[in-house]
Amino acid sequence: MVNDVNFRPWEDPEAAPLIDIANVTKRFGAFTAIHDLSLKIYPREFFAILGPSGCGKTTLMRMLGGFDEPTSGSINLEGEDLTGTSPAKRPVNMMFQSYALFPHLTVQDNIAFGLKREKMPKGEIAERVEQMLGLVQLQDFAARKPHQLSGGQRQRVALARALAKRPKLLLLDEPLGALDKKLREATQFELMGIQEQLGCTFVIVTHDQEEAMTVSSRIAVMKQGEIAQVAPPEQIYEAPASRYVADFIGDVNIIEGHVSAGGESRMSLSWREGEPELVVETGIGLPRGETAWLSLRPEKVSIATTRPETDNALQGKVLDIAYLGNVSTYHVELANGQVVKAQETNAGRSGNRGITWDDQVWVGWSAEAGVVLTS
Amino acid sequence: MKPNRLLMAIPYIWLLVLFLAPFGIVIKMSLSDLAVSIPPYTPQLDISEGWAGLRALFANLDFENYAWLADDPLYINAFTSSLIIAAVSTLLTLLVAYPLAYAMACAPRRWRGLLVMLVILPFWTSFLIRVYAWIGILKSEGLLNQLLLSVGVISEPLVILNTTTAVYIGIVYSYLPFMVLPIYAALEKMDGSLLEAAEDLGASRLSAFWLVTFPLSLPGVLAGCFLVFIPALGEFVIPDLLGGSNTLMIGKTLYVEFFSNLDWPVASAVAVVLLAILIVPIFLFQRQQQKVSEQ
Amino acid sequence: MTGRFSWFNATSVALGFAFLYIPILILIIFSFNESKLVTVWGGFSTKWYGELLQNEAYLNAAWVTLRIAFVTATVATALGTIAAMMLVRSGRFRGRTLFTGMVYAPLVMPEVITGLSLLLLFISIGMDRGMLTITLAHITFCMCFASVVISSRLVTFDSSLEEAAEDLGASPLDAFLSVTLPNILPAIAAAWLLTFTLSLDDFVIASFTSGPGATTLPMKIYSSVRLGVTPEVNALSTILIGLVATGVIVASLIGKRAERITEAT
Ligand SMILES: Nc1ncnc2c1ncn2[C@@H]1O[C@H](COP(=O)(O)OP(=O)(O)OP(=O)(O)O)[C@@H](O)[C@H]1O
Ligand SMILES: [Mg+2]
Repeated sequence: MVNDVNFRPWEDPEAAPLIDIANVTKRFGAFTAIHDLSLKIYPREFFAILGPSGCGKTTLMRMLGGFDEPTSGSINLEGEDLTGTSPAKRPVNMMFQSYALFPHLTVQDNIAFGLKREKMPKGEIAERVEQMLGLVQLQDFAARKPHQLSGGQRQRVALARALAKRPKLLLLDEPLGALDKKLREATQFELMGIQEQLGCTFVIVTHDQEEAMTVSSRIAVMKQGEIAQVAPPEQIYEAPASRYVADFIGDVNIIEGHVSAGGESRMSLSWREGEPELVVETGIGLPRGETAWLSLRPEKVSIATTRPETDNALQGKVLDIAYLGNVSTYHVELANGQVVKAQETNAGRSGNRGITWDDQVWVGWSAEAGVVLTS
Repeated sequence: MKPNRLLMAIPYIWLLVLFLAPFGIVIKMSLSDLAVSIPPYTPQLDISEGWAGLRALFANLDFENYAWLADDPLYINAFTSSLIIAAVSTLLTLLVAYPLAYAMACAPRRWRGLLVMLVILPFWTSFLIRVYAWIGILKSEGLLNQLLLSVGVISEPLVILNTTTAVYIGIVYSYLPFMVLPIYAALEKMDGSLLEAAEDLGASRLSAFWLVTFPLSLPGVLAGCFLVFIPALGEFVIPDLLGGSNTLMIGKTLYVEFFSNLDWPVASAVAVVLLAILIVPIFLFQRQQQKVSEQ
Repeated sequence: MTGRFSWFNATSVALGFAFLYIPILILIIFSFNESKLVTVWGGFSTKWYGELLQNEAYLNAAWVTLRIAFVTATVATALGTIAAMMLVRSGRFRGRTLFTGMVYAPLVMPEVITGLSLLLLFISIGMDRGMLTITLAHITFCMCFASVVISSRLVTFDSSLEEAAEDLGASPLDAFLSVTLPNILPAIAAAWLLTFTLSLDDFVIASFTSGPGATTLPMKIYSSVRLGVTPEVNALSTILIGLVATGVIVASLIGKRAERITEAT
């Protein structure tokens, strides 16, 4: 599903959303945590919410879970307004950031907790618990208490517990925050597998942009209680809607300029006196004189000691080199002080082809490499 | 949600009826007159007369008892000497408690639980019994005098029991845990590297203490002082058992007015004045507690 | 703070604990004194314990006190738990400041004021004074202590556990009973024990609110102490100290085990 290129319900005007968040605002006293936010999430999506600390991610999740009510606006699930429905009555479950495992109950009792409230027959509960334990590979730990588990195991119990009731929507608030990098990556794939297997809808909050890119079908980037952009990961990365999004996801060069010659597909950007104009391939036509920003990923910028044959080529001096193992990032200072980052893969063992600090170099990129942004 | 609300309201209503409302009655009583009857005061609210009864009640209330308190030096002296005794013994308790709390906070982590429990334990044993224990020690033929006489420090037994000194000892002893625990709590959560940083920056150990440790322990010191000063001001048992007839304290005056003189209106007026004195410290104490609990 | 445990510190601890415990130790030692004079050692004997157990007045007072303390501790802990939930979990509600004030003020309120005001209340509503009025008075101030003890545990208890329970379909009451309660049980036990001893100990408030026929043990002790120091009172004190110390130590061991489990989580 997530990996299926044909899974794009948000492009289908006929598709019915699972969750429809309509003009939701949430205030705490005078402070507005969520401002007039609208969002549709479709069945079987793995939806990621990404944003800096304090932008309102948890607040949004808590409103979906029913722990807080919107100040205005409504949240609909399969067309039904959820306002006033207590968390206990929503077909939505949450995996808490702190896991919130009940310390006095064993792993299996933790998982069975929600099923018992549902008055499910005993035999079925045992069966379901067994199934969930299998799903997260914790069969051997059923009788342990949470304090006898490792961090990764606890996280999986929390997942199993939240999934046991077969919710239509599972909310995960930074589920992998407490795990180390290796375990995180393994768990990300496990999560994707489980989501695919159960076919339910996941909404995940994360700080980690790589994580969001890996697991999700779509990403919502949030900024101070509003959504800056919602799109599939590759689109967010390749075609960010604003400087904010471009800057938030990955490394980026932003060059400010004015449109000097417009056109439907190609345009020129004058950006500094005495420097050649930049040529950009773009889908949008902009009037002459408009301020615009060129957003350029470092890996799309090449570096060489001689002038490259690219559409754009500028000369500068190597200011700094960051060696990251598989790649190196060169910080090149142009004549007027602007710094452009260029990234090269270290294919050979000695990698940098002799370019070093203070060398005079050329940076170059093609007209299709960058995106023109107007905000 | 509704039945929960109802359940939640029980302690609220309980405290309104049994803690707050009685103060209103005390105030009303303090404006009444002493009478030779049962109960020994007038006027009384006659509910059968309804509105007129209420009007008659208000017409008969006056401030005579307060005038009486202001006129009689006994009460003024009792208030001032209570304030002095409470203030001095709060300071003494602080002087005894601080080194103990400090040492406990410095002790190795595995001892601390035990030390805290040892400080709390006496607090759980009867207050009356702990005060009583000092009578046997402080009497003129008591153990302290026996010890000092046999060592030869003194030749005549000291008179300690039934003096203000005994009251000080009693208050410091009884209220010590209330001072030690908040100071210890403040010191214990202090980051030890702060002191090292201060010393690293050139402060001597003593000045590091005054510049870093002490200011950071102030919330605990403050809480401890409130917890000692406020109840000590109205203390009855300690001045009664250890202070004898020489010590004038307002809690004792109130008790005697009420039980021996059966003058309920004057006892109530004393209570109202005491409460008026205490309202500011109690308010400050409560604000401080709220601040600590919100952290 | 982890500092250096110096000689000065060791001396402070030694002197401090000597000050706290020597009077109690002397009291206990002299309860086994043969002589009637409590300050002169006349040889070991347990005869005062024997006499105490034959003293009907003491035994009656003890029975009255225990019954009051039991009811007080149970009701005050229940009310204190609810009050603590209100303080810690309810966020803002109307009259919150007043409520906080009413919970904290009794902790420091001079007992003579509490005693007097409660007595006047009972008289004005025409209630006969006796065990019931003492119990009502004790519950009032004890529930405040209980709520402080329990709320200090509640603030360290992750509120997302309750939310998780509700998320999984539990009603708020169900969430409290099945998740919160089992986890704050050690604090509840401590609160029960504390309020039990507070009620057991109280003299001033009981003497204001009691009536004929309801003499509590502290009232009895007080009247004998006023008549002079007697070995019988020492014996009684020793028994009470022993009981309370055992209770506290057992409770703290239980508490410590619970703490270790929650810490590991
Ligand atoms: N109960 C509350 N009362 C007042 N302000 C609140 C409350 N809950 C959240 N806020 C505020 O709302 C804003 C958004 O908080 P939220 O917890 O949703 O952020 P977040 O995006 O989840 O951040 P993080 O990544 O750090 O978890 C913050 O500024 C926070 O201070
Ligand atoms: Mg958050």
